[in-house]
Amino acid sequence: MIAASLAHRRIAITGSTGFVGTALVERLLRGVPDCELVLIVRPGRRSTAPQRAAKEIFRNDAFDRLRELWGEDFDAEIERRVTTIAGDVSADGLGLDEAGRSEFARCDVVIHSAATVSFDSPLDQAVEINLLGPTRITSLCAELDITPYLVAVSTCYVAGNRRGNAPEELVSEGPFDLGLDWRAEVTSARRLKGDTEAESRRREHLERFRAEARRELGAAGAPALAAKTEQNRQRWVRDRLVEAGRARAASLGWPDAYAYTKALAEQALVETRGQVPVSIVRPSIIESAWAEPRPGWIRGFRMAEPVIISYARGMLKEFPGVPEGTVDVIPVDLVVAAIIAVAADGPHREPRITQVASGGINPLKYRTLVDNVSAWFTANPLYDPEGQPIVVPEWTFPGRGRVQTQLTRAKDVITRAERLLQALPLRGRQAEFSATLESRRLEVERALEYVELYGLYTECEAIYQVDHLIELWESLDDADRAEFNFDPRVISWPTYVNEVHLPSIIQHARVKTTPGKSRGTDRMTRLRRQVLDPKRHVAAFDLENTLIASNVVESYSWLATRRLDGRERLQYTLRTLAEAPGLLRLDRRDRTDFLRHFYRRYADAPIDQIEIDAAEMFTQLLLAKSFPEGLRRVRQHRELGHRTILITGALDFNVAGLKPLFDEIVAAEMSTTERNTYSGEMHQVPPTGEARAQILADYCAAENLDLAECVAYADSSSDLPLFEAVGFPVAVNPETRLAAIARKRGWLVEHWAKAPGAPRRLLPIGPLLSERARRPA
Amino acid sequence: MPRPGFVLDVDRSTPPTLFWHGERFRLEQLPADRSRIVYPPEPLPAIEHLDHAIRDALLNPIGSDPLPARLFAGMKLTIAFDDASLSLPKMRRPDTRQRMVEAVLDMAAAAGVDDVHIIAALGLHRRMHDYELRHVLGDRVFDAFAPRGLLYQHDAEDPDGLMVIGTTDHGEVVEINRRAAESDLIVYLNVNQSPMDGGWKSITTGLASYRCLSFHHNPETLQHTRSLVDRHRSALHKSVWRMGEVLRRDGPPIFQVETSLNTDTFPSSFAFLSKREWEWSARDRAKYLATAASLERTPTRLARRIFHSIEAPYRTTSVQAGDTEAVHEITLEHVYRQQVVEVEGQTDILTMGIPFISPYNPESIMNPILVMCMGLGYLFNMYRNKPLVREGGVVIMTHPTYREFHPVHHPSYIDFFDEVLADTTDPAEMSTRWETKYAEDEWYRHLYRTSNAYHGVHPFYAWYWGAHGQQHCGRVIIVGGDAPTVRRLGFTPASSMNDAFEIASDVVGASPTITHLHVPAMLVADVT
Repeated sequence: MIAASLAHRRIAITGSTGFVGTALVERLLRGVPDCELVLIVRPGRRSTAPQRAAKEIFRNDAFDRLRELWGEDFDAEIERRVTTIAGDVSADGLGLDEAGRSEFARCDVVIHSAATVSFDSPLDQAVEINLLGPTRITSLCAELDITPYLVAVSTCYVAGNRRGNAPEELVSEGPFDLGLDWRAEVTSARRLKGDTEAESRRREHLERFRAEARRELGAAGAPALAAKTEQNRQRWVRDRLVEAGRARAASLGWPDAYAYTKALAEQALVETRGQVPVSIVRPSIIESAWAEPRPGWIRGFRMAEPVIISYARGMLKEFPGVPEGTVDVIPVDLVVAAIIAVAADGPHREPRITQVASGGINPLKYRTLVDNVSAWFTANPLYDPEGQPIVVPEWTFPGRGRVQTQLTRAKDVITRAERLLQALPLRGRQAEFSATLESRRLEVERALEYVELYGLYTECEAIYQVDHLIELWESLDDADRAEFNFDPRVISWPTYVNEVHLPSIIQHARVKTTPGKSRGTDRMTRLRRQVLDPKRHVAAFDLENTLIASNVVESYSWLATRRLDGRERLQYTLRTLAEAPGLLRLDRRDRTDFLRHFYRRYADAPIDQIEIDAAEMFTQLLLAKSFPEGLRRVRQHRELGHRTILITGALDFNVAGLKPLFDEIVAAEMSTTERNTYSGEMHQVPPTGEARAQILADYCAAENLDLAECVAYADSSSDLPLFEAVGFPVAVNPETRLAAIARKRGWLVEHWAKAPGAPRRLLPIGPLLSERARRPA
Repeated sequence: MPRPGFVLDVDRSTPPTLFWHGERFRLEQLPADRSRIVYPPEPLPAIEHLDHAIRDALLNPIGSDPLPARLFAGMKLTIAFDDASLSLPKMRRPDTRQRMVEAVLDMAAAAGVDDVHIIAALGLHRRMHDYELRHVLGDRVFDAFAPRGLLYQHDAEDPDGLMVIGTTDHGEVVEINRRAAESDLIVYLNVNQSPMDGGWKSITTGLASYRCLSFHHNPETLQHTRSLVDRHRSALHKSVWRMGEVLRRDGPPIFQVETSLNTDTFPSSFAFLSKREWEWSARDRAKYLATAASLERTPTRLARRIFHSIEAPYRTTSVQAGDTEAVHEITLEHVYRQQVVEVEGQTDILTMGIPFISPYNPESIMNPILVMCMGLGYLFNMYRNKPLVREGGVVIMTHPTYREFHPVHHPSYIDFFDEVLADTTDPAEMSTRWETKYAEDEWYRHLYRTSNAYHGVHPFYAWYWGAHGQQHCGRVIIVGGDAPTVRRLGFTPASSMNDAFEIASDVVGASPTITHLHVPAMLVADVT
């Protein structure tokens, strides 16, 4: 009796927040009424281990059945039977503190299911977690002088890329052993990490990271650029290590770094186990549950799901694989039952390996899978945002090379188009188009990754033997068989694909499964509602192209030409046009320098006359070019009791007319001379780039407001520091780069336009006044 | 001798009829034997020597001492004048108001008056641009007064610039411009183009506060104004006249100068607009074809500028001065003489072409709300006795009804269209749910006071103006308008006149009677 043999045992579990781990915890609590569990959980960035366990394990829908069963006692029961301790399998001694160690020391069984299962983890991470994880447990046991029974979860794919039978034995003891030294692999992986880190800091790389950051962010200011550059560097290091892992694995005949590190881990575990009795359970590709805790239960997106969903969305038109190949899939509940059975069965004299797989005994053929999937999506299509059903493409079982070439070509074309668009001065909806291109590119990139990674698995033709599993199954009595079913022969594949797996992942993927336009509120409406919540504190606005389709050059031109006659106007216009390219260059390089340089032109302007003319300009230029929806939004914020702030590089006297809209206007200020004229020099640096974020932060600090409750409206990627500082960024008529960023981060995007019918002027100069009216006031 | 107004019965030989269509025209063939067209009377002869006539009126007023006798050194004199909403289109220079103000200023100078303020009585309208002030008053007056701050525009939101005169027996508060209220004499200079204007309405709207205006500019009053051009059957004018009683009793002395215009609306290049189609000469026909064809090819923006630059050759038919009520009665006689057309019986369908202009968009855009206001407010109300269309009948307008707004002149109209009309088109409902918010909006107030924007509440008033017509008609159809915009107004869009008749047949049956209002020029249909 499984339940009886595990009764009153303390079972330590690693990896309990994972897919298998969660199902395992649930099953033990439900199926083995008298056991106690010690969960070793890595604390989150903002949460302790018990908090993380409560949130990520016990609130999962796997526990719905237990909640129903236990009713109000659920929390008390969990409290009584489960102890959560903070630990980390990538740290020596599992990173346990004294209390943790003593908890661990009292355990009778340890089930190690922690792993980085992501198929594209960097080599160093895979080595630290997958390879060294089990040996860290055995060394800790040696240290504490305890000998609990250790059940380690591995994977069938440790057998590597091979055809024919893969038996339940250590790779190092099989005929294909390469005689690898796992310690040497660890050392070189660690060194590679160090080398790559050093390499990434070389000048030419750093310059490239910086150039990439600038291309993505534009003139966003030094701190934002620095952060992005560092992020690029880290990503580069990571990419290099992922590549290195894949290359090393491939060179040794494993599909990826996961299988490779797991294989070495088994070898290391057996070698370092000392007195600890060990068993290894090797599942194949784990998918949604066959029956327990309910049919179709799944956690997170597994391996096949992204591929299937991409296919159903029409994104992935072809996927490599041989039709007669076997896809070795095993439902999670069978894996969990097998692990529990192995734990209950107790250790054998030699470390025993049990494979939980379907290929050797009840194979699912690739063609069967594909036929079922495509029939299912033909009957139950997904719908595009317009509400039209998506027709799934015909599967042609192409070779991997062909698919890869196609995708790579598509990616190149899109990337080039994207570059071109980014170089154009686009705004608003046109810029959105470029953002669409970007998401297309990401889709292709993702598809390419799937093909590269998972293609290997679908092409894998090894048949995993399950003799030990069946032997264990035969030894069970009927009650155990009913309670802990792990016999792969019970699965009917068509039923599993059509009635269990696909409905479950469709629900999980939150894709559109009903025809007609989406009726519910779309994302932008939801975001808008958040922005216009009375709980917000401050709404900060940029001016140019956010509230008004004008700029400092136009304001100046209007004022400068107001009292000129026709000929003088022509001269002015020609002169300004001649200067334009230089000004534009300066503006692109540094906004603050540009403003300083440009505002020199106001030197000697009489203050009184500017005041009169600026009032007229407010009406004829600024209001005429304003965005009515923008101005309405400012007032909506005021009505809701939010503070409103205008932060602009424009001169204060040019925006004085906007005062009634804002609680605070932060603008450039110019010093004056004794002759009652402007000096052309700034009082203070015009607020641009990262200075805006600082201004807002200072304002909030001074007024005791929360920056996280601020809304910021701006139009350019140079406002990125401001956007990142606040809780609710809103991109208004974003230019290409900002549109892409806003889309990626899920920011609210507003398209505001001038009033339809607003006067249009080719040149930003005031209407020609009659000679009488032209006279200085 | 100019011919009086005329109702033409359409038969098979009647040529197509001219309809205004915003900044364009269209010719429509109205169904024979059941349609008629109401043409305005031809322009009456004008006063030969206007300056002389003005002087004469000031020296020989009705029910008052001559103006010079009411002027004295050391007095506070305020001259108020009608704003840019009159006349439509603007009249050629010199404007009648310039001639009047110069005459008054001459007399004031002769009497040694040196405290003179000149105020544009614009009520809740937008402030006039400097060039408009120059157009209306002339450069001489502008340059002499404006730079010293003595020529300015009434501000209905100036907390220090208003004064309560008293309250009517209906509880209506009379609150007007403080400078005017504290003057020893107000001289009001009026240009009368419609029987709706003038009399006590000049001061109680032009120089009033929002509070004062809201007593007569509201849905209740306007639904009971039958019609705006018939002061004795207008709830609005009754309220205004009650306020006039208060002004007469407790207010400053007033010297009202009123003038009436003839209907010589368009310069010779557009003469065909004022003619009856079957009388078009070969030259008129050619001009029409050329104009219509070139307008078709002109962007709306440019066409708008061309039309708003039209200066009308209006001439003055009468000048009278003195006591407000006595003067206004004479003015009305002159206006009616020019505008009244006898029409026999009501009709099932009333058709009207909506032009590029209304009192609320001089130099600006005829936005959708103003289309409603012009059609159901002004044109529908051009009747005495009974409306031209029977109760439950259909009004068909032609106008492109584009969703365009002037951001400087009509900021609150934009929000009104987006927020209020999306919620309701019912005047009473919008009045309770939305009016206060717009009327008291700080930003609109700022734009009204310092820029050139209509008051925040103005779109409501423009909408209420059509309240009676809205209530009276069974359906309103706009031909050639932007469909979503027309629907937002609560009207039905139609792509052609025949379509419109088809749609109307749901309400008025298969062969209804049709009456077309041939405007401008202005007319008053006396429906028996």
